[in-house]
Amino acid sequence: MISIQSLSKSFGGVKAVNGCSFDIEQGTITGLIGPNGAGKTTLFNMIAGAFAPTSGKIIYQGQDVTGLRADQLFHKGIVRTFQIPHEFERMTALENLMMVPPGQNGENLFRTWFSWAGVRNQEREVRKKGEEVLEFLQLTHIRDELAGNLSGGQKKLLELGRTMMTEAKVVLLDEPGAGVNRTLLAKLAEMIKQLRDERGYTFALIEHDMDLIAHLCDPVVCMAQGAVLCQGDFESVRSNEEVLEAYLGSSAHQETEGKA
Amino acid sequence: MEGLINFGILFLTMAGIYGILSLGLNVQWGFTGMLNVGIAAFFAVGAYSSAIVTSVGDLPHWGGIGAPMIIGFAAAMIVSGIMAFFVGLITLNLRSDYLAIASIGIAEIIRLVLKNEEWMTGGVNGFTGISGKFNNIFDGGHALLYMIMVMVVLGIAYFLCERAYKSPWGRVQRAIRENEIAARAMGKNSLSFRLQSFVLGSAIMGLGGAVYTHFTGFISPEAFDPLLATFLIWVMLIAGGSGNNKGAILGAFIIWGVWSGTEFITSSILPADMATQGAYLRVLFIGILLQAILLTRPQGLLPENAPQPDKD
Repeated sequence: MISIQSLSKSFGGVKAVNGCSFDIEQGTITGLIGPNGAGKTTLFNMIAGAFAPTSGKIIYQGQDVTGLRADQLFHKGIVRTFQIPHEFERMTALENLMMVPPGQNGENLFRTWFSWAGVRNQEREVRKKGEEVLEFLQLTHIRDELAGNLSGGQKKLLELGRTMMTEAKVVLLDEPGAGVNRTLLAKLAEMIKQLRDERGYTFALIEHDMDLIAHLCDPVVCMAQGAVLCQGDFESVRSNEEVLEAYLGSSAHQETEGKA
Repeated sequence: MEGLINFGILFLTMAGIYGILSLGLNVQWGFTGMLNVGIAAFFAVGAYSSAIVTSVGDLPHWGGIGAPMIIGFAAAMIVSGIMAFFVGLITLNLRSDYLAIASIGIAEIIRLVLKNEEWMTGGVNGFTGISGKFNNIFDGGHALLYMIMVMVVLGIAYFLCERAYKSPWGRVQRAIRENEIAARAMGKNSLSFRLQSFVLGSAIMGLGGAVYTHFTGFISPEAFDPLLATFLIWVMLIAGGSGNNKGAILGAFIIWGVWSGTEFITSSILPADMATQGAYLRVLFIGILLQAILLTRPQGLLPENAPQPDKD
């Protein structure tokens, strides 16, 4: 569905991503793991169009989408969440969701002035959809709270909720589990599976929580120093020696070897 | 008594004009978070545009077309809007603080053009031949009618701004204000939306300029100095509550009240030899007042309240 072809990104002298290639297959929940600074979020930022790669290509549904802007990729069905929640602080939770659906009549100024009735009818539908998503996320009670006042976990859920307000094809989740408690995390995992099964979303997610990865993701791609270290199902990646080394450093790796 | 009525009408007219300007700034700053510190430029361009199309007589500068006032208002909005469009194309890629610097520069350029291009604007001698001058009700100047018209224009501007704010359009603008990266990730072409907001706000400022022109009946570059035409409007919006259209208007009325009230004090109570110092004291006083409001009510007198979409 998405094919990443020797993608690189440099910031000044730092090569954050360096010749990274792998595919995200349709209908999968692809897990992206790797130590801090491996280039996972930078890779996401390029796939989602936050910035263009220094070199390399991104092919989406057979089409070269390298360098398209984030809003253009959104309309093609690539939707993302952020590692640090990017909620709209001084807007209510419901408004955070209602702003998402593309092509709303009321986004045209002249329609808001001269055909308010039509705008309002559509607003009702958008509102209904927003309320359904809040209910799905069990956030109905905070509907009219300003998003800036929500807890970290609630903001994470709200970010996931935004991806549900549009006809997404690929959803990129950047650490959906960070700062979310265990109970909520299990719920989140179920929601992700449910969304894949019911709505046909393809997911790619960056995550440090190995239980969540083990539970959800197949395949798992491990990155280190800007490139793909290895990929496969969770068990094969977990037992890969290079992965252990990248995560734990070589001395720790020797220790584990000694124990084994 | 006669003086008091005249003062009241004069006050409401000027406060209404500032209310229009403050609404324009609210669209740019309150909705979208764009830091325009060159309000004077759009205010002045609106004022001169209307003056050019409505003025009568054989004039030593542009003008003499003699169109009705309503055409002048439309011309002011269109010319200010077009100028904002091109300024926006160039500057809106800049981050907010750089937009502020760029807008100061643009305001300065406009001021210098107005001052030096005598063939077009009359230069420092000012623009003559403008129809209107409505500042006294008892000399047949129809000041009362003009005040009512200003209030109607203010009401229309308020209606358009309020509906824009409550609409999905306004929701996208506020999302851009809160987090532009996320707004783009949610499929909104933020540059296009910001440009629309900048043009709308500037067109409203231009309208304020046109209404001002016909009220005073005479304009010169002096009238658009940054203190009166930019700083004061910022104080009004911040004090009233940015993001709140009612707040923008309330701020304009209160701050204009303080400003014209202190003028009365410095000009008629202080001894004549202290009048110059008095003028500076007024600015100082406005500054202190702004600090006091920000410390006690950081979001202004009427804070923004996120709209609750209709439940029905």
